[in-house]
Amino acid sequence: MNREPGITPDMVREHDLTEEEYGRIRKILDRDPTYTELGIFSVMWSEHCSYKSSRVHLGRLPSTGPAVIQGPGENAGVVDIGGGRVAVFKIESHNHPSFIEPFQGAATGVGGILRDIFTMGARPVGSLNSLRFGDPSHPRTRRLLEGVIGGIAGYGNCIGVPTVGGEISFHPCYNGNILVNVFNCGIAGKDEIFLGNASGAGNPVIYVGSSTGRDGIHGASLLASSSFEEGGGGQRPRVQVGDPFLEKLLLEACLEAMRAGGIVGIQDMGAAGLTCSTLEMAGRGGTGIDLDLDAVPRREPEMSPYDVMLSESQERMLLVGKRGSDPDLLAIFRKWDLQAVVVGRVTDRGKVRVRHKGETVADLPVGPLSEEAPRYNRPLREPAYLRDTRSWNASVLPEPGDVAAILKDLLASPNIASKGWVIDQYDSTVRANTVAGPGLDAAVLRIPGTLAGIAMTTDGNSRHSYLHPFHGAAGAVAEASRNLSCMGAEPLALTDCLNFGSPENPEVMWQFQQTVEGIRAACLALEVPVVSGNVSFYNQTEEKPIRPTPVIGMIGSIADVTRTGRLAFSRPGDLILLLGDTRPVLDGTEYLARIHQVEAGSPAAVDFRLERAVQDTCREGIRQGWIRSAHDCSEGGLLVTLAEACFGDGRDLGGDFRIPQADRLDALLFGESASRIVVSVAEADLKRLETTATRFGAPILPLGQVRKEPVLKVKVDGERVLHADVESLRRIWREGFVRAVFGGAPAGKGGMA
Amino acid sequence: MRFAVAVFPGSNCEEETFRLLSSLLEQPVEYLWHRERDLSRFDCVILPGGFSYGDYLRCGAMASLSPLVQALPEFVLAGGKLLGICNGFQILLEAGLLPGALLPNRSLKYISRKVCLRVGQVDTPFTNRLRPGQVIRLPIAHYEGSYFADEATLERLETGGRILLQYSDPAGRVTEGANPNGSARSIAAICSADRNVVGMMPHPERASEDLLGSEDGLRIFESLIGGAARKAHRPEDRRA
Repeated sequence: MNREPGITPDMVREHDLTEEEYGRIRKILDRDPTYTELGIFSVMWSEHCSYKSSRVHLGRLPSTGPAVIQGPGENAGVVDIGGGRVAVFKIESHNHPSFIEPFQGAATGVGGILRDIFTMGARPVGSLNSLRFGDPSHPRTRRLLEGVIGGIAGYGNCIGVPTVGGEISFHPCYNGNILVNVFNCGIAGKDEIFLGNASGAGNPVIYVGSSTGRDGIHGASLLASSSFEEGGGGQRPRVQVGDPFLEKLLLEACLEAMRAGGIVGIQDMGAAGLTCSTLEMAGRGGTGIDLDLDAVPRREPEMSPYDVMLSESQERMLLVGKRGSDPDLLAIFRKWDLQAVVVGRVTDRGKVRVRHKGETVADLPVGPLSEEAPRYNRPLREPAYLRDTRSWNASVLPEPGDVAAILKDLLASPNIASKGWVIDQYDSTVRANTVAGPGLDAAVLRIPGTLAGIAMTTDGNSRHSYLHPFHGAAGAVAEASRNLSCMGAEPLALTDCLNFGSPENPEVMWQFQQTVEGIRAACLALEVPVVSGNVSFYNQTEEKPIRPTPVIGMIGSIADVTRTGRLAFSRPGDLILLLGDTRPVLDGTEYLARIHQVEAGSPAAVDFRLERAVQDTCREGIRQGWIRSAHDCSEGGLLVTLAEACFGDGRDLGGDFRIPQADRLDALLFGESASRIVVSVAEADLKRLETTATRFGAPILPLGQVRKEPVLKVKVDGERVLHADVESLRRIWREGFVRAVFGGAPAGKGGMA
Repeated sequence: MRFAVAVFPGSNCEEETFRLLSSLLEQPVEYLWHRERDLSRFDCVILPGGFSYGDYLRCGAMASLSPLVQALPEFVLAGGKLLGICNGFQILLEAGLLPGALLPNRSLKYISRKVCLRVGQVDTPFTNRLRPGQVIRLPIAHYEGSYFADEATLERLETGGRILLQYSDPAGRVTEGANPNGSARSIAAICSADRNVVGMMPHPERASEDLLGSEDGLRIFESLIGGAARKAHRPEDRRA
């Protein structure tokens, strides 16, 4: 092992390993590591791969349930959806790469999450994404947005997996650190699931796909696991470059090879590439792997073993075949014009041994490397800012003046306005299963050959999380579940992407811990387990962390997709009602931020009993066919929800509303209290709604009636507060996003009102 | 009618096309790998959408050199029917089986949305169940969909009655405002002089069930088989 450079303290520091961590490495090996081994430890023990700061908390998340087949720890979570099928799904972050190189960063994020899904034997059926950008007027925002959307569209469209929804919002805290979270869900037969297991000594280890290059070295350890400086141009080589065509071939070839038999285990090479895939596969199989680096296809001749082991070149898979089946497997990959070579064997030594030009360059015990990985229970401290934000009180606000102007201003907010500019760039209908696509409360995909469907959504409100990390996180789980219920889907399980600043900052760590507890509380109350997830720390610029941003991706099942919920009002004369209860709170609302430039208060706790009652009623009505429309009431509040439900596909309708007064008019119209759904029913079905709501214990409040004339009229306590033409509201809503991002319109009040 | 659905590396829409032909239209259908040359057992070949060979070089350019596409001129000459959808249309142009080219959209952005189309000529095997002047709604999903040809070719297409679909507004008016991608004469679909080769940018296979928002696309396939499709989801199919 003497051809490699000797290890120096500087080298250890450059690998982001502490002295104590280096001491552990020496103890595990009982010698100094080689340079290649140091690189391997640094990626495997990086925050991104080892979850060393989050693991102690993540254990609190409930991950079991009757439908759960595979919880956290595999490439993705697996849930039984009935009919002999399972859903395989996960969310992942690609934040730092997307900031440095938005197109490729976002594209390879999509590529990575797709591999996580098909690696388990599932065909990916739908992608979502959850994006956070800085201030729309920040000079960098436009370029980042265009790049990220282009990258997601470019990869997803080419590989032929529909992008069916997601969310985008803007806040200055993301000016120097955007968030790109990508979600995918696939479907597989219940007995067709593949795991990342290397078992059976003597079995061949096969490398498939793209050649290994020098791109993305230390992407996981240095790019995703530490803070990075403004600009970050020097980091660009750490961002991988994607080739969706190659991944399409990999997807088809892997699924074909899986059907043909002969595969023991399979895993994609994502973060930490060949290193992570060999160590994890051997770890799960309780085996070892002997790897011959000379057999690994490369783009450049003179790559060191260190480079080959740490490269994060995209579109590569590692699989273990049954002994003797390699010729058949290799033939399938050849049919798809893919490289496939045997690069090693499974052993029973419990070690991953890497050879290069006849010499052993790494020989690492698999078990200790993960079992003795550092785990930190980092200090927690409640953030100082919360004292100020909590003490805010709505009584200091003037009563709203012109309600129409406020509504228009909210509809023009890029956080609320139509995302048509984005949605148009995503192929959302390829494969012809999209029953409900982007722009709705949740997406719904039909499972081919059946009447059953799968619904999916991503949700998160970082303003609520900033003001109250526990309630914010619980609220995100509740909202995701509510969005599924608005489509008539039964929530099944979730995946979470937890985006935070540095875990070494006690205030950030407190936010993280509170977030996990909030998700836990909501999961237990709503009986929705967490089956996969991702933690992204070090999202900060010059020590200033982003707001805590948990994003919840949730899936649900629909027995009969011909009974899928609709967002928009459909028939004049239908009655419009609110399921749930409006509490007089303005804390943390879009109204407060946009109209009054105040981000304060303390969002209220979710009342889970009420939440369940509201959702149960909504699902029952959709399933039985008498709820004609349902729309979740969230960002922007009740009036925005009503306006959006008037915007039809092709034909706008109007509404005539008579609402009893609450404590404050603005809290009634623009408050964001949770657990509310606006529904419409035929007059003849009112009784059924009342009976069902009573049975589940959901309060209902009559709001008004659908009108043919496209005008939105609202009276509160008999007094007219709004009379607005729906077409003009829709125009503002449709144009708001592009105006805010590309038109240079200020983010604050004014402009459109 | 015996159908073949071509599969190139990078094809994305073969499965829904196959499913539509086999289960809704109850026709015999086979996947045809891009390396095949023998088309003698088929009456109709469909080149589906996607990104054949990654659309590297130019959309459809590499696919046009595949053994399967090289066998198409003979198939067409013998009267075989050929339909290219989206990437399939791009391949037909690169292979010289239809005139013109498809350029990047005017907006230089990928466009995925439902559009209105005005039906032109209906005396083809692909459109005989539509009415001239009828407006249908189909999704488009492409980056290179702006049809281009020189004036003489456009004139020849027009006078030869070879323009089958044009982008229009909901009332059937062919206007620049209703032209999503900048296509010359708002062309969305054309046919060959012998009328047995059709290329179209919109995706009829994605609009073949009410469940997916439109059944208009089904008319294209019903025209081909000269009969009606089985209804996708009859109310009585519904499970309790």
